[in-house]
Amino acid sequence: MRVNKQKLVLVGNGMAGVRTLEELLKIDATLYDITVFGAEPHPNYNRIMLSPVLAGEQTLDEIVLNPWSWYEDNHITVHAGRKVVEVDRVKRIVRAVDAQGDVVEAPYDRLLLCTGSSPFMLPVPGKDLAGVIAYRDIADTLTMIDTARTHRHAVVIGGGLLGLEAANGLMLRGMTVTVVHVNAWLMDRQLDRVAGDLLRKSLEERGLKFRLGAHTQELVGNEDGRVKAIRFKDGSEEMADLVVMAVGIRPNVGLAESMRLHCDRGIVVTDTLQTVTDARIYAVGECAAHRGIAYGLVAPLFEQAKVAANHLAEMGYGRYVGSLTSTKLKVTGIDLFSAGDFMGGEGCEEIVMNDPFGGVYKKLVIKDDKLVGACLYGDTVDGSWYFRLLREGLSVAQIRDQLMFGESIPHDAGQPHA
Amino acid sequence: MTDTRSTCPYCGVGCGVIIESEGAQITGVRGDPEHPANFGRLCTKGSTLHLTASAAVTMQTRLLQPMQRLQRGSAAASVPWAQALDVAADRFARIIADHGPDAVGFYVSGQLLTEDYYVFNKLAKGLIGTNNLDTNSRLCMSSAVAGYKKTLGSDAPPSCYDDFKDAQCLFIVGSNTAWAHPILFRRIEDARRANPAMKIVVIDPRRTDTCEIADLHLAIQPGTDVMLFHGMLHLMLREGWTQPAYIARHTSGFDALERTVRDCTPDQVAKVCGIEPSALIEATRLFANSPSTLSLYCMGMNQSSSGTAKNAALINLHLATAQIGKPGAGPFSLTGQPNAMGGREVGGMANLLSAHRDLANAGHRAEVAALWGVADVPAAPGKTAIEMFQAAADGEIRALWISCTNPAQSMPDQATVRRALERCEFVVVQEAFATTATCAYADLLLPATTWGEKVGTVTNSERRISRVRPAVPAPGAARHDWSAVADFATRLEARLPRRAPGTLFPYTLDDPAGAQAIWNEHRETTRGRDLDITGLSWALLDTAGPQQWPCPEDQATGPATGPATGRSLGKARLYEDGVFATPDGRARFHNAAYQPVAEARDERFPFSLNTGRLRDQWHGMSRTGTLGRLFGHVPEPLVQMNGQDMARLQLGDGDLVQVSSRRGALVLPVRASTEVGPHQSFIAMHWGEEYLSGQSSSGERIAGVNALTLPVFCPDSKQPELKHAAVRILKAELPWSLLAAAWLPADRLQATREALRALMARFAFASCVPFGAGGALQGGAAERSGVLFRAAAYEAPPAALLMEIEALLGLASDETLRYADVRRGQRRAMRLVRNASNAQEAQLEGFLLAGDTRAEAWIKTLLLDQLPAQSFGRQLLRPGATAPAGVAARGKVVCSCFGVTETAIATTLRSGTGSESERLASLQAGLRCGTNCGSCVPELKRMVRMTASEIASTPVPVAATA
Repeated sequence: MRVNKQKLVLVGNGMAGVRTLEELLKIDATLYDITVFGAEPHPNYNRIMLSPVLAGEQTLDEIVLNPWSWYEDNHITVHAGRKVVEVDRVKRIVRAVDAQGDVVEAPYDRLLLCTGSSPFMLPVPGKDLAGVIAYRDIADTLTMIDTARTHRHAVVIGGGLLGLEAANGLMLRGMTVTVVHVNAWLMDRQLDRVAGDLLRKSLEERGLKFRLGAHTQELVGNEDGRVKAIRFKDGSEEMADLVVMAVGIRPNVGLAESMRLHCDRGIVVTDTLQTVTDARIYAVGECAAHRGIAYGLVAPLFEQAKVAANHLAEMGYGRYVGSLTSTKLKVTGIDLFSAGDFMGGEGCEEIVMNDPFGGVYKKLVIKDDKLVGACLYGDTVDGSWYFRLLREGLSVAQIRDQLMFGESIPHDAGQPHA
Repeated sequence: MTDTRSTCPYCGVGCGVIIESEGAQITGVRGDPEHPANFGRLCTKGSTLHLTASAAVTMQTRLLQPMQRLQRGSAAASVPWAQALDVAADRFARIIADHGPDAVGFYVSGQLLTEDYYVFNKLAKGLIGTNNLDTNSRLCMSSAVAGYKKTLGSDAPPSCYDDFKDAQCLFIVGSNTAWAHPILFRRIEDARRANPAMKIVVIDPRRTDTCEIADLHLAIQPGTDVMLFHGMLHLMLREGWTQPAYIARHTSGFDALERTVRDCTPDQVAKVCGIEPSALIEATRLFANSPSTLSLYCMGMNQSSSGTAKNAALINLHLATAQIGKPGAGPFSLTGQPNAMGGREVGGMANLLSAHRDLANAGHRAEVAALWGVADVPAAPGKTAIEMFQAAADGEIRALWISCTNPAQSMPDQATVRRALERCEFVVVQEAFATTATCAYADLLLPATTWGEKVGTVTNSERRISRVRPAVPAPGAARHDWSAVADFATRLEARLPRRAPGTLFPYTLDDPAGAQAIWNEHRETTRGRDLDITGLSWALLDTAGPQQWPCPEDQATGPATGPATGRSLGKARLYEDGVFATPDGRARFHNAAYQPVAEARDERFPFSLNTGRLRDQWHGMSRTGTLGRLFGHVPEPLVQMNGQDMARLQLGDGDLVQVSSRRGALVLPVRASTEVGPHQSFIAMHWGEEYLSGQSSSGERIAGVNALTLPVFCPDSKQPELKHAAVRILKAELPWSLLAAAWLPADRLQATREALRALMARFAFASCVPFGAGGALQGGAAERSGVLFRAAAYEAPPAALLMEIEALLGLASDETLRYADVRRGQRRAMRLVRNASNAQEAQLEGFLLAGDTRAEAWIKTLLLDQLPAQSFGRQLLRPGATAPAGVAARGKVVCSCFGVTETAIATTLRSGTGSESERLASLQAGLRCGTNCGSCVPELKRMVRMTASEIASTPVPVAATA
């Protein structure tokens, strides 16, 4: 074992940070003494699998990615349930407090900030009432599971990916759920209108209710200080014993700002995931802003983790150049996939297929003979193929006519007979 | 249910039909077992007549109100009859006053009844004083008329259908009898069966289905008939096969002809006609040496720039060999239309007067004037069909009245015809159907009665007059043609200088008695003429049945006593006494030298284009085109070519070609055919712009097949050469293609087709046809029909146009699977409908393939054969021609009556054994094909011959010898 190892401190015991450590350990497990601070009192778990937990399809144990033993096996010091409050960049010390107010300090040579993001809460009257929550972590999930046992009416504000998963889970747990969405169709960040409408129909058939194009005026509480209804700008109301806000996330940059790291939408990082302000400090995941983008999906975080680990391991050749993102909805029985520039636009061409019989809709967006976007509903078998084509950026001119029908079709099937 | 005896409105065979009706609705049709033309048989077209008179077809296609179009190109608005006829009378009177009687013209039809014709004739020649009255018979029979008159002296086919059974040798010339006159072909088959020694020779550039029955087929080069006949006469003279005694006693002019045919040596004939000298000799031997030789001929002879010479040259052979005036012998012209004969009888042509009188004959003119009670009838010959439209195009004729015919479809050189219709100041179209191309040019549309509604008489090919009786009342405001014309005539009479003391048209309008009065007037004009029918009456026709002319008063036994059905009163056969209808009683040999076709093939236009009939369609298809099932045999327009030519031009079946002549061009798919010889091509005459069109390079709507044909006509008969034009055929480079088809409810089918038809001119090529399945004869399965739209273009049209087509075909539905790649011009839509009884099953109800249409091969089969489609799902949207497993095409329908397909027949044939006739019999017993109307029997025979039995051809295993 090497002596006088460098010290690496990770702030944020989530998926981005721990994945970076895993990648680093794969390259060189001897380079650093590693210390991890996590605000949640849990080992690293798969946050994106909270929806199946809510839906009752998986247990919390099943979604743990790195049990405590993993940290131990890799000689990693963990401070779970301890929130980092201060970093002294001059002395290179991280300072955290626990629930009791006890302070823990850790010096670093390299600092990895993976502070993630926080749910955005609509600034409406009543947002602080009891029964109004976000959907972010295990605690929120447990709250929802408990509420479903005792209450009847749930309203989810936000018809995006997370909101729909929350709504589906609550419905499966017996609640009457209304999804309130400000836009004209669901998942408008990932789906076009046709797919969004198909999704709505499918979810309606399962029992969800929707208020699209609805603007929330306020949340109305009862005498106990618990929410009892949601009121819209048009004056109408919907009963609500539980309101889940899933209207977006904000990168957690409070700590970084206090450290006077340059932040703009997130902690601004270079192609090696080092902060532009301090080369000893890295930021990975939802808190980082790379080339102006703070990603909220898991795949880019993993790609960032790989590059950051590469750099931490002093390999020096990894570069992160941004990610193409794709989306899947984790609602059992609903297959949708969205990637790239699925809305098309200037200079883009669309190939569209619609199968009302099979409940399938597919749209591929092509620009300069390259696949630049895809939106699939009902049949996502070819999603990964499209995603590959998208990322590789190869010309699809030769296979364009077969593209819609998937990779399995021999590419010469559609060529004219010689 | 009520039964009404009447006749079939299609070809000149003149079959009797019994119309079944309930109230005002025709419900069925069957052959009249007592009618001497058909004895109960009907062909594919005749046996489906009632389906063309369904309420759905009537509501969507018939002209039901008089309509006036105040501005060309705008929609027509309905007007009351009185107003419509006053408008017409005003316009005609004004034009006649300003520009003289020859500034108006009447173009009528061989499908009108004799009574209709008579009134038209009297209107033009008696009242207005113009001979500008001609008919579509000009395109059909006028060469036969001229040929008869030049040789035998009278426009009278001397033979009768009974002669078939007495003939020992049958010469079928320029006639695809098997398709064009199916019931006569049944009688030929009967005669051959009864007399296996009977020899049949077919002379036709095409190897048609009629050749199936032939002992010898002479595939002569187009238009070389005269050379062939002269060569035959040359041989007869050389071999001593003529009948000098008959020639000497009964004919004149043989010497001159003898000199002419001297040069027509077998070698010369073989070279010009493109046949083997041995075949020429054999044909000549059969003709001259058979105990009785009967010639049957039709449009191949008539529609020619030397049509009269062809007819006369054939008649020459009959005269030279005395094959005339005896049972089973004679030159027998088969009439194309149901009443072309009747039209000629009343003189309804530009060069004729009533009862076969000649316009050129002053005595005849005086007779007719006297009969009508007018001072005179005009002497100047009127304009014949082609001349009439040319005159209208030149501004000489300013008003046209078109009745019961569709010149914007059927006349050659459509560019001129359309220019004429556009230039004409006032166009009246009197029609039963609102859907014909000509209707678009009308200022005034007058609704006419049609089959099942009309009252009067018709005369068929064998000079037999049948009564036409109404089974149902006229729909809407439709009126009998004679009634509307007589009504117009009396209104015009009031606006013109007085010609007679009373009215010339004293008929009871809108009452069958009016028609009978007209017929009686016509009968009186025949007194003493070759076609004397003074021995007949409607009452006699009712009791004794249809009768042949002549039947003068003294010949008929007077009013029948007791049941007289089937009694023959008229003359079955003419010239039995060797006395001909010439002043000296001698037949005249016609001496005309062979003239090649008017427009020979050359380097620029290296192919001959021939046109002709299909088995299951009639003329411009305003009636047959309403039935999807009649498109089973030939589903879509195409041009047939010889396979060798196609290989040379690197064309494949189904490729689009541009066929162009000096007059126009048109695009359609090509198909290799063994029927067509090298350097020749064939397009069915039916494909007018109603079914086959597109946009020409100059942006106009393409007028169908007759955009190509030429207006050159025979100098004697004035009949145009529709049977030959020189054309160029090149692959059409139209990379974007479209195919859309859907089943449609009967009450929307016709209207949908009409709406789609309007879109055809938006593409470089487009065709729009119905298709069908099922039917009453197939065990009561429901008759289903749909529409198929095919198009091609240089580039993809705007999506809105495709959406319009989809909407019309019911594809704009929630149940439609779709694929679209706008940039590549690819668009596919499949409408699946779940079975009402089993939701797990679904069928394709309609589809659209645009851009890449190669999937047609199996998608069309799924639709037309109504195969289960639920398992294909999104595979239906796949590009390319390869079908997922499980789609097998049924093939084209051969037997329309029972919907038996080529595939089914071939499958059955492969397992059959025995002789050809045994295999045919077991085929008919097993599948029922060819056992109803029999129209497909020639084709079945061909298939029997061509399809080797697998059982017969399988090598017998040889037992191993150990």
